[in-house]
Amino acid sequence: MANKQIIKERRLQDDAWKVVTLVDGEAPFDVCLPVGPLLVPVSVWKAKKACLIHREYEHGTPLGIWLAPEDGLAEISADIDDFTVIAVHFPKLADGRGYSTARLLRERHGYDGELRAFGDIGRDQIFFLNRVGFDAFVIGEGKSAEDALAAFDDFPESYQGDAVQPLPLFRRRAA
Amino acid sequence: MYKYDDYDHALVQARVAQFRGQTERYLAGKLSDDEFRPLRLQNGLYIQRHGPMLRLAVPYGLISAAQLRRFADVARRYDRGFGHFTTRHNLQLNWVKLADVPQILADLAQDELHAIQTSGNCIRNVTTDHFAGVAADEIADPRPWAEILRQWSTFHPEFAYLPRKFKVAISGATEDRAAIQVHDLGLQVVKNDAGEIGFKVYAGGGLGRTPLLGQVVREFLPWQHLLSYTEALVRVFNRYGRRDNAYKARIKILVKALGREEFSKQVEEEWSHLKDGPSTLTVAEVERVAAQFAAPAYEILASDDLCHLAHLREDKAFSRWVERNVQSHKVAGYAAVTLSLKKSGAAPGDATSEQMEAAADLAERYSFGELRVSHEQNLILADVPQRELYTVWHRAKAAGLAAPTVGLIQDLIACPGGDFCSLANARSLPMAAAIQERFEDLDYQHDIGDLELNISGCMNSCGHHHLGAIGILGVDKNGEEWYQVTLGGRQGNDARIGEVIGRSFAAAEVPQAIERLIATYLAHRHADERFIDTFDRIGVEVFQNAAYPHPHQSRRVANG
Repeated sequence: MANKQIIKERRLQDDAWKVVTLVDGEAPFDVCLPVGPLLVPVSVWKAKKACLIHREYEHGTPLGIWLAPEDGLAEISADIDDFTVIAVHFPKLADGRGYSTARLLRERHGYDGELRAFGDIGRDQIFFLNRVGFDAFVIGEGKSAEDALAAFDDFPESYQGDAVQPLPLFRRRAA
Repeated sequence: MYKYDDYDHALVQARVAQFRGQTERYLAGKLSDDEFRPLRLQNGLYIQRHGPMLRLAVPYGLISAAQLRRFADVARRYDRGFGHFTTRHNLQLNWVKLADVPQILADLAQDELHAIQTSGNCIRNVTTDHFAGVAADEIADPRPWAEILRQWSTFHPEFAYLPRKFKVAISGATEDRAAIQVHDLGLQVVKNDAGEIGFKVYAGGGLGRTPLLGQVVREFLPWQHLLSYTEALVRVFNRYGRRDNAYKARIKILVKALGREEFSKQVEEEWSHLKDGPSTLTVAEVERVAAQFAAPAYEILASDDLCHLAHLREDKAFSRWVERNVQSHKVAGYAAVTLSLKKSGAAPGDATSEQMEAAADLAERYSFGELRVSHEQNLILADVPQRELYTVWHRAKAAGLAAPTVGLIQDLIACPGGDFCSLANARSLPMAAAIQERFEDLDYQHDIGDLELNISGCMNSCGHHHLGAIGILGVDKNGEEWYQVTLGGRQGNDARIGEVIGRSFAAAEVPQAIERLIATYLAHRHADERFIDTFDRIGVEVFQNAAYPHPHQSRRVANG
């Protein structure tokens, strides 16, 4: 299989991160951690934090976590700066909780590492995803990542402030 | 009214281009139905019974003559030469072709019109009082705030995929004419003891399957914080609103589940982080926007025009029209005129392209080139000099816009219902027509007086049936159309949800049942009592007994 591709810095790049998911009934501490950089669910982060940090110290494997739509940030707020990548999952296009999660990570928790969106997202979500703070995008299956590259420029301006441009237009509007 | 600057134009143009691309990709098979659905909905495009329905935005109900002409042109060019004004100020076209929609949006954009966020699970068109700016009981003009909210909510990146739609209404007057208590977010302009402007905030109101009145979640929100607070409130909804069941996904269910106190506590907590941040409104911005709603150049006029008074005395039909369709104005010598979109034989809220053009002409000649769409589905000329009323009446009559029945039974509210809407359980329009026909006699209507009769074709309640003194709801019984009747609903400061009076009626029984309810009112009323007053005084049972002449049928059922 070809390397998975991700959109970063407005171009397609190879991506080495693997998403760890629990299979039904699997306990978080039972999960086997493959080599290489991993995005683990919150439950695995909590259960295997020591082991994951050890991998980082000993092998330089960077830390990553992925959040489900319902995941709050209270449980990981103390660890946020440890992550090289935080990913937010969009199981369904119509579930917009991840947009709030991203803004909270960027604007409230000051997270400045890679924030990636993955799941059921494509060209038509990129513009808003980018504005709420995502800077990396794994385009959903069956959708064209090349197409998606064009979406960053869908709109020339925005009325509201956001994670990229905190000032709303009314504070920037030429008099 | 608000004029677009380069930024506003560029944003709407970008939206047109974006949707053109999306439609092309959909038609080329590159976007699935599921992927295209939220995109088309956020551009007002539904797939309906006869094909696509396109809902065009009239932000806070304000529209210029040029814009109304554009609607007329679009309706003629791409549809069948008419459109339907809705209870949320918008205009619906029922027969457009999907492939034409990008071009329709491009045409509309030339006149600062669009269909942005008129549907979908996002923040919808902000609605307000159709007498904004001219009402004598106004604390402050709500339109600048509505425009500020329009800009804030347009393409809000965080709130395009909410659990469900989110509707905001704002009232700037002491009497609420914007039904703010039945909106997801209702804002009432108030002044504090220091005379500073702020908002009383209601959340969690709505009709639909679970009709609920909004609860006060903040007594006074200083104006500077309108956007940061609203952002906090919508964020709480986005994060914690239910997504497992579309019928339980509106914010009202969250507010109800958490309770008013807990909900407002969570909003306050969220707001504490956003308060005083960059979205805090500035005096400069509010003044920039408010300047665009400055009063037009009114003439200095006597409060009573002598010619007008003479016409009133001499022309019975004219004086009847004035009595119902002309409202007082805060400026001496001016009046607000309601152009009725209700008459027997036409669907309530429908206007032909010719009528739209006639209304646009009237606006241009007599009302500073602007109109409003009321949530009662009529058009309003807000600034007509009294001396012109007689001419306006004649011209409106010629255009079929002068039914002298505003606030009477013929002025009923109805959704498009099963004739057009794929959600409907029953048809609304034939029911509206049957009732209008039965009460067509003008003397009879005027004798009955103020009466709000609202019809919805299904539980989604687009016809606001819960708020009608008489409400009619279409229900499906084994594939047949039946109608449930509610009584005692009302809009305004004392908003209430109507009460179901008993078993539903077959379509053919409804006009007769309404007739019996009205006969009951006429038999019991005291002088100067409206239907709703008599209802409040004598109670629902008298009406129930009248509605169901055979007592065993009047089994009470739970509302909902």
